[in-house]
Amino acid sequence: MKNSSALKTHNSYRAALAPYSIWSVLFVIVPLIFIAFYAFTDNNFAFTTDNITRFFTATSNILNDDGTTKEVRTYVLIFLRSLKLAAISTVVCLILAYPIAYIMSRAKPKTQKTMVTLIMIPMWMNFLIRTYAWMTILQDSGIINTILGNLFGLEPFHVIGTETAVILGMVYDYFPYMVLPIYSILAKMDGKLIEAAKDLGCGSFSVLRRVIFPLSMPGVISGITMVLIPSISTFYISQKLGNGKFFLIGDAIESQYIANNLHFAAAIAFILMIILLVMMALLKYLTTRFVYGGDSR
Amino acid sequence: MKLSSKIYSGIIFCFLFAPIAVLLVFSFNEAKSLSVFSEFSFKWYKELFNDSNTLGALKNTLILAVAATVISSILGTAAAVGINKIRSRWYKTAMNTVTDIPMVNPDIITGISLMLMFVFVGRLFGAATSLNFATMLIAHVTFCTPYVILQVLPKLQQMDPSLHEAAMDLGCTPIKAFLKVELPEILPGIITGAIMAFTLSLDDFVISYFTSGTGFETLPIRIYNMTKKTVTPKMYALATIIFFVTLTLLLISNVIDNEDRRELKERKRLKRRTDK
Repeated sequence: MKNSSALKTHNSYRAALAPYSIWSVLFVIVPLIFIAFYAFTDNNFAFTTDNITRFFTATSNILNDDGTTKEVRTYVLIFLRSLKLAAISTVVCLILAYPIAYIMSRAKPKTQKTMVTLIMIPMWMNFLIRTYAWMTILQDSGIINTILGNLFGLEPFHVIGTETAVILGMVYDYFPYMVLPIYSILAKMDGKLIEAAKDLGCGSFSVLRRVIFPLSMPGVISGITMVLIPSISTFYISQKLGNGKFFLIGDAIESQYIANNLHFAAAIAFILMIILLVMMALLKYLTTRFVYGGDSR
Repeated sequence: MKLSSKIYSGIIFCFLFAPIAVLLVFSFNEAKSLSVFSEFSFKWYKELFNDSNTLGALKNTLILAVAATVISSILGTAAAVGINKIRSRWYKTAMNTVTDIPMVNPDIITGISLMLMFVFVGRLFGAATSLNFATMLIAHVTFCTPYVILQVLPKLQQMDPSLHEAAMDLGCTPIKAFLKVELPEILPGIITGAIMAFTLSLDDFVISYFTSGTGFETLPIRIYNMTKKTVTPKMYALATIIFFVTLTLLLISNVIDNEDRRELKERKRLKRRTDK
């Protein structure tokens, strides 16, 4: 009697999971296969590696500062630029976010809650609007330049159209994703460990370097992942804040989509996916190797 | 808190809220300028409510978000119940991994991958345009459901499994036992999950952008099209309204979560007392 009812229950759990299983296969797994399928086929769906080759070999001329032109590999350059800007943004995010996450974790419980909410609020503002707001703030006729011009008679700073503006946009948009994981690890940390380290003669910096930072590594790693992935693949930010001068990998995919070159768009997306997978695997390897001292759990 | 900590927090929060403050203030500006404030007015709000395209987009966004929320809440809750109790280790790991994919994958990959599939299937059936409301709804349900699962699953894991068995022994069918025992317990998780799904759906641009046809414009896509040209403060008025709506939703889900936690604490205390 007991057994039959347990079996019945178990079967109904299977039935409850079935729709989502089917859904996931149809709309998560199969679409990913479609990226590879489109990447390796031409317009008639015949096998080809042309799309991938095009990514690595397509060239274009860019203007040097001294007026001469230089031939570059278009998409390789775009890819390296995306990696560079995303890496800088991630580092800046980490440097800015760590102290605030630490401050939050040491505050009173009520203050902690308020601060978490405050960090999260900008996340709920559409990222197009956030980015656009920065554009209007930083413009030559924007609020910062107007104030500086009226008060000090300064010439406007040209920020829009520089890499700095793109980095600023990325840091702003993804900052909460760095703060929250680090904070949640630091908040759980046992305060006695810090006291113990101090009792054993550690200075404040030493405590940070030898106790707090290593313990917070899981949070740091997930923060890095959560900032790096969206900033590599972003589009729009560079279009608005970079004035369209710094084409990123996301912009490349978007422009191929608009031009209806779906197979080449798929090829770029495919390469992006592979690079991201390699990066994630590397990050995971480094974490297990250096954070958990080789004990890969 | 030390003074230096206070100053640093102040700077960070200024940085985070500066653009939002600028939007808010200039949405009430009489002039079109985005740098000089001339006079307080509701002009741009009035203009916003006379803009039939934007209102249409708002309607579309709400229809899509409500539909996506309802479907993903049901699908996600059922999935969480299944994942929690399924015996096969392999199945469980597979489902957990597949749940992570839409959350870890960059939006652009999710969007492109779904779009390619829809276009291919559409071609197969000879449809002229394969992207429409249905494809967008599928895309939204796909990225919302994992968040519902992540909210409901912990609530199920906190539950005492013998309660369900007891209900069955007393003559409940599995479904009846679920409705009478589990559902009331996990309801706060479902509600916070649903609110998350709703806000994610409202806010999504990248995935919608790739999976929407030309006929169905949501608010974020409308904003994108608006920012291609020079923008009037009308968009700022829209941003301000969206900001307050999402803020309200966030606060509501916080309150629900708090109450749930308080209740849990209370119950634990009671239990400890009865155990003694």
